Parts: sequence; C-alpha cells; structure tokens
Amino acid sequence: MRTAVDIAEAVRTGARSAVDVIDEHLAEVDRREPEIHAFNLVLADEARRAAADLDRRVAAGESVGRLAGVPLALKDNLCTRGLPTTCSSRILDGWCPPYDATVVERLRAAGAVFVGKTNLDEFAMGSSTENSAFGPTRNPLDITRVPGGSSGGSAAAVAAGFAPLALGSDTGGSIRQPAAFCGVVGVKPTYGAVSRYGLIAFASSLDQIGPFSATVADSALLLEVIAGHDPLDSTSIQSPAPSLTEAVEVGVEGLRIGIIRELMDGIDADVAARVREAADVLAAAGAKVEEVSVAATIYGLSAYYLIAPAEASSNLSRYDGVRYGLRVDAPDITTMYEQTRAAGFGPEVKRRIMLGTYALSAGYYDAYYGQAQRVRTLITRDFDSAYEHFDALLSPTAPTTAFAFGAKTENPLAMYLSDVCTIPSNLAGHPAMSVPFGTGDDGLPVGVQVLAPALGETVMFRVAGALEAAATAATVMA
Amino acid sequence: MSADAPGGWEVVIGLEVHCELRTATKLFCGCRNAFGEEPNTNVCPVCLGLPGSLPVLNRQSVDYAMRIGEALHCDIRRSIFHRKNYFYPDMPKDYQVSQYDEPINAEGWLELPDGKRIGVTRAHMEEDTGKSTHMGGGGRIGDATHSLVDYNRAGVPLVEIVSEPEIGSAEEARAYVSELRAILVATGASDGKMEEGSLRVDANVSIRPRGATAFGTRCEIKNMNSLRSLGRAIEYETKRQIVLLESGDRVVQETRHWNEDEGRTSSMRSKEEAFDYRYFPEPDLVPLAPGAEWRSAVRAAMPAMPFDRRRALATAAGTEPGAVALLVEQDLDGLVLAAIAEGADPRIALNRAANEVAADPDGAARLSAASFARVVTMEATGKLTATQSKQVLAAMLAGESDDPDAIAKDRGFEVMDTSALEAVVDEVIAANPAPWQRFLDGDPKVSGLFIGQVMKKTQGQADGKAVTAILQTRRDG
Repeated sequence: MRTAVDIAEAVRTGARSAVDVIDEHLAEVDRREPEIHAFNLVLADEARRAAADLDRRVAAGESVGRLAGVPLALKDNLCTRGLPTTCSSRILDGWCPPYDATVVERLRAAGAVFVGKTNLDEFAMGSSTENSAFGPTRNPLDITRVPGGSSGGSAAAVAAGFAPLALGSDTGGSIRQPAAFCGVVGVKPTYGAVSRYGLIAFASSLDQIGPFSATVADSALLLEVIAGHDPLDSTSIQSPAPSLTEAVEVGVEGLRIGIIRELMDGIDADVAARVREAADVLAAAGAKVEEVSVAATIYGLSAYYLIAPAEASSNLSRYDGVRYGLRVDAPDITTMYEQTRAAGFGPEVKRRIMLGTYALSAGYYDAYYGQAQRVRTLITRDFDSAYEHFDALLSPTAPTTAFAFGAKTENPLAMYLSDVCTIPSNLAGHPAMSVPFGTGDDGLPVGVQVLAPALGETVMFRVAGALEAAATAATVMA
Repeated sequence: MSADAPGGWEVVIGLEVHCELRTATKLFCGCRNAFGEEPNTNVCPVCLGLPGSLPVLNRQSVDYAMRIGEALHCDIRRSIFHRKNYFYPDMPKDYQVSQYDEPINAEGWLELPDGKRIGVTRAHMEEDTGKSTHMGGGGRIGDATHSLVDYNRAGVPLVEIVSEPEIGSAEEARAYVSELRAILVATGASDGKMEEGSLRVDANVSIRPRGATAFGTRCEIKNMNSLRSLGRAIEYETKRQIVLLESGDRVVQETRHWNEDEGRTSSMRSKEEAFDYRYFPEPDLVPLAPGAEWRSAVRAAMPAMPFDRRRALATAAGTEPGAVALLVEQDLDGLVLAAIAEGADPRIALNRAANEVAADPDGAARLSAASFARVVTMEATGKLTATQSKQVLAAMLAGESDDPDAIAKDRGFEVMDTSALEAVVDEVIAANPAPWQRFLDGDPKVSGLFIGQVMKKTQGQADGKAVTAILQTRRDG
C-alpha cells in the first residue's frame, strides 16, 4: 500500500499518473465496498476527471499542491457543493449544499482527489456506525465487527485501502475510536485548529475535523493542509497551521509522558497491556514515563452526555421540513414539524434531542447543563495541572477492541462507555490521536491514545511517530 | 406629563423597542442589509441557516450597539450571545441568536424632553427573523392555507432596548419612543423608520391602584407600527384592564395583538402557552469584549445627543429644555446657538428659527449663522419691524441674498420716522370719521382697522406698536 506522502511525490514529479492512482483505489472499492459499505456515495467519475485534470496540469508544468493525486474519502457530514451531503440521515433527503466546507476547498486546492462520501452514525451520534440510516459499515479487518464510530466509514475506507487519507469529525471520540478499531491513525486536533465551516454540526463546542491515515506522517501532512485560521469560523484559532511533518521522526528523547491513571480503570486487560507496552517503548526511546492522575476525567462521560445532546437539540432544530430535506406534509405546521422529524430522525438522534431539550429546560438548566459546564472547567483545570509536569499523556483510545454488530445496540449506556477515554480531550478542547499499537487477544488492533495540551500537536506527533516506529519494528520482528 | 388613568388607577408601562441597525451587511454574514428588495435575494448559507454554516459577528453592528449604549448612559460590558430556541418558519435555524443575561449595554437611562428620566434596563444585540406573510385566512399562521417567507430580513442586526416599567401614560410612552427614535437616528445606528419596521415597539402594560407599589399583572402588546397606534393600544389596554378589575375579574398574563383597524387588542398566547426558549450560550461565537481602545474610539466619535443639545440651547437662550425640543428635532439648534454667540437676541432668534427658518428646510441649510444673527439684531434694535424682519428672512432663505441690510434697503424697509408715521395716521383718521368716533367712545376693537389701514398705506413698513401709540396720543390728547 502506498502512502499519501509517496503518492503526492510521485504524481507531482510525473513518476506516476493521478489517473493510475485513482484507478487502482477505485478497483479496490469495486472489489470490497459491497461487503464493507464504507461509502454513502462513491465519486468514481468525478475522481477520474479530477485526476485527469491533475495529470494535465503536471504535464503543463503547473504546480499541483501537496496532496496532488492523493485519493481522499470525506465523511458525509462535510458539505460538498452540488453533491448530496446526508449525515447518514433521512432528514436531509435530497439536499445538496450550495457550498463547499472550508476543508474541502483547501483539499481541492492541494490537489486531493475525492473518492466518495463516507458512512457515519446519523449526525455523528454513535460509536459503531450502526446508527446510519443507510445501514452499517463493516470493519475491513473482520466484517463481523463494527468499524467503530461515528466516522466508521472513513476509518474503514483507509483500512480497506480505498484511500490513503480520509477526513472524519470527532465530538467525543468519533475519529480516534474508529481509528483504533480499524487499525489506522486518527487525529482530533486542538479545538479551533481546523475550520468547522461546512461541517454539519452535532455539538458545536466539541466538534473538530481531523485526519485518518495508515501512517502518522500522512496524518501530519493532511493536518498541515487543512489547519490554519479561517475567517468564516469565529472559533478558529488565529495562528498559522503548525509544522508537523518534521515532528514525526524527531523522537521522544527527554519528553515527559504520563499515563492517565483514571483511564486505565475498566479497560480490557489486553488493551491495557498494550498501553503499558507502549509506555515501555517510549521510555526505551528516552522519554520519562510515569503514571499521573487527571482526576476529573472520570466525570467526562456524564458531562459530555449533557453538553453534547443540549447543543445537538438546538443544532438539529433547523431540520423542520420548511426549507430543505425531508418534509412530511400535514394539515398544520406543528403536525408537519412533528411528522417530518418523527420520520426523518433515527432513534439515537431522537434520544439525544430529548436528552438535550430536557437538560436545557427552564428549571433544569443549572442542575444539568450548568453543572456539566462546571465539570468541563474542572477537567480542563486537571489537564492543565498534569501538563505542568508532562509534555504529553497516554491512555487507551477505547476500552475494548472492535466489538460485534448488535453487541451494544440494546444498551445505549454500554455504547456510550466506548468513548470514555476520548471524551475528556473534546471537553478540554485539547488535541489527541490514536495510533495502532499491537493487537488484542482477538487479533484485532489496539489503539493507543496520545494526548497533548492545546496547540500541542507537534509534541503529540513526536510521540505518535515514536510509537509507530516501535509498532512497525515489532510487526517486522514478529 | 404622567396622567393617571381614570377611577383611581395608575398605569405602569415598560417598552421593548427593536431597532434595526443601518449596517451595510447583516449581523453574521456578508449579505446586504436592505429593505424592500425582491424576496429571498439577499440570502446566503449563513443567514438561511444551512447545515454547516457558521456566524461571524459584524464589527459595524457592535460599533452601533456601543454608540446606542453610550447615548443611553449604559454600562458597556463584556457580553456573550445565547441561542433562543423555538420553532417558527421565518427563523431559519429555529433558534435566534440573541444576548440574554450578559448583554453589551445595561443599566442606562433616557431623559424625556420634560426632564423625566426613564430607566433603560438593557440594550442588547440580536438577529432579526425573516418575514412571514400568511395567506388565505385572517393573516395569522393558525388559519392560513399557506405562508410565504422572505428571508431577506433574517440576520439583520437589531438592538433591543428594554425600559424599566417607569412609563406612566400613553402620552409618556409616545414621548419615550419619540425621544429614543431621535437618539437612535442621532447615533447613526438607525434610520428610525417605524413604518418600514426599522423600529418596532412592544409594550408591557399593567394597572394598579394609584399610589400602590406592587405591580399588577401585565400584558405584552405587540404589532403597533406607529406612535399613534402605540398610544391608542396602550389607552385601549388600560381601559380593558380597568374594566376587568372593576367588574371583579382579573387580568391574565398574556401576549396580546393590537389590531389597528378594530382599535382593540386580542389574546395571542397565554403565559401557559409561552415558549420555553431553552437559552444557552451560542457555541459558534466567542465572547464579545471590546477593548478600551475600541470603546474610546466609539465615545470620541459620538455626536451630541438630543438631550445635550436641548440643554445647551435652553441654557444659552434662557429657557426650558422642553421649549426648544422641536428646534433640536429640526436640527436648527446649531444655527440658533451660533446666532446667540454672535450677539443675537435669544428670544427673537428662537422665534424666527421655529417659524420662518423651520418652514424652509432647504433654505435653512444655506442660511449662515452670521446673517441670521444680523437680521435678528435688526429686528431687536427696531431697525426692522417684525413683519419686515420675517420678509427679509424669507428672502434670505429663498437664496436672494446673504445680506439682510441689502434686502431691507431693496425693499425700502427704512424705519419710518415718527412725524412721517403721524402724518399717515392722521390721514387715515380723517378718512374714517365714523370708526374714529367709535374709537373715541372707547371701543378698542376698531384700533385694528386703523392699524390695518396704516399698514396698507405704508406697505407694511409701519411698526404696529408705534401706530397704536400714536392713536392713543390722538385720542387722549
């Protein structure tokens, strides 16, 4: 399998044609997509046209960008001009955005070739992609297992070799957890590092777009391309995109790395063992590794399941049948609203709208939403204290490896626990990424999560690069 | 000004005024902020609330909001935006972005021309909604067959100015809105056009026994689109509540709709039907905390407000601020102040400005304070009669000349010396023996006839007072 770094280099120099690259990946899509269902929409013709255009520009000696000819899959909650953008929901039936998300514009300008729009849990609410209105995505490593979620389609697309790169969105772990389940790299950047303009909102104060890739270096490259201030997003950070690609091979000599004690509790033994091995590897590479307590992280899940649904209940109000998407006609407007939303949203989305509406109701706001925001402040403060003594932190990405279909669909709380390790970073707005590190007892990949303080992406990629190097060496030796 | 309601009741009014800001673009996007254009042409993904779109705050709107805060003596603060959630088809996101418990402007006041101060609780920023037209029914959504929505107005910046419940009559409510309108126009933030909906007023009305301190149950009245209908609606509502209470009934807290044609209010929704707006901080926007530099720039750019101008003119002219309100409203205070500074008689200057100058706004624009001062002084020193002075001023306003002496000379407006005037008076007495006898018999009304005749003969050059004096001398002598 070729990396994005290699492909872009080969296409830029004319060593390989972009059409050749995309054909190879589309052939893989043809072969395995029917069983995987990573995509809601495959853009085969558009991709071939874009690739052919790139080849013409290379031949004409034009500059073609840092991702020239690299196939890339977009999560189907990123707006693409003139192309259906569904959030894997019936409610957006027939809607085509009249504009591109900022990340889509930046990728197009960098020469990326869009392979398709990937499946997700409806409105990014879920941890297995089983909540898609269009059917689940299967884990390419074991099709009886979920790929994780909500960005399961993007993780699966990279794991299956449909594209070396994909974008997902991460509100409580929706990039990192599926990356762990599918054995790929997944990054949630610092809140505000990547523009959210054109990302269909789930929970605005938590959502962040980020990369999937097979290698750490590819994620670094992709993040460099999409990060940086965007005047269309008021929460976008006013600083230039960080330089990450060099960080990957710098090593961890002298770094202080902490294992978050609270996030090692309730974790499957095989997963916990891999995290400890990762810590050993980093120590062997010259880092100082210790356990550290970030006490408030244990409240993360509870706070998250008030804040995220509260924001979602408001963000999803606009799907009312008046202007676009699904409309179920009815004699009066209230009934039209009710019937449209009853028909358009799946059960998990409805559950969260109800949770969030309740949490914001008059008389309950302080006890629920207000309290959750105070917990959020507490978590940030505890992280800040830890980062006075550590450069980066370590934890499992998820408590388990990829689970079987249906294993948690009957019990929402069990499903929610899947994100217990990833949620604290969203609440704090900090960057975190999942790096594949060995396998569990079931032979499925384990992801180790690397956490860093706000805007600490450089150090995060140093640690991730070191873990990847060690994991690759271990695989070669085995 | 506060006039008590009949029958021992007093009315308590609080007003909420929505003011559309005169920005070039909308509050959160680059769409044009314009009234009266083809429906749904000034729209984009942001103001249509399309999935994935995000708001970016318009700096000019913050500037205007701060100017309004300055003009209303508010504390200008770090503020945040909230989402006000409710479903309505003219609201693209089904929430309105508005400031809630942390508004940009709080705790100010507005001074009425009569000197009474009305507290301003807050003046906060928010976005306007689209405009619905309900077809096939009574014009309301409930009985419409279909509705048309124009989103051109969606996202237009508003400042909502909320008064304390300190307004004591319909008349005072009109005076408050009129004064507020003048202030908003003076800041440059608003065009003040109530008829185009640039200024929209809701009134909270309650009554209580005169002298009571506890508030009665209030009703919120909506849909008043002129000062006149504001006054009528409050008067109607006051009477309605009095009738209810005097017949042993009670007032129900509710929102009521003013029907201009029927001249009455009717129930829209009760307190129980009121929305739970589920306010929470808008996560797509960052806190608004204008720095000291921005705030002092706003303060430095503030034009003088109507109350300052009234006070300045009243002080210079030795009168009450209320007496010069109209002149300030007509923007003539600068002219009068400058004329007074040039030594013009304040009383005559106020008089001529309020009448002749105000009647000719175009002429007023080219009238120099120095020339105005000269014509006023000519009148004050008796070089021109009042009638002559008005004619000279009219000629100056018409653009004939800037030089009152030249105009007076051209018209032959020399002050007649007493002997010449006496001769004319004698002529008129001789020509009217019968009226003259009546005058001698003590009928003062006939003096008007003699003055009129003298004026006619002198083509208005005679001074009426001098003529009266001569007539009296002839009678008594």
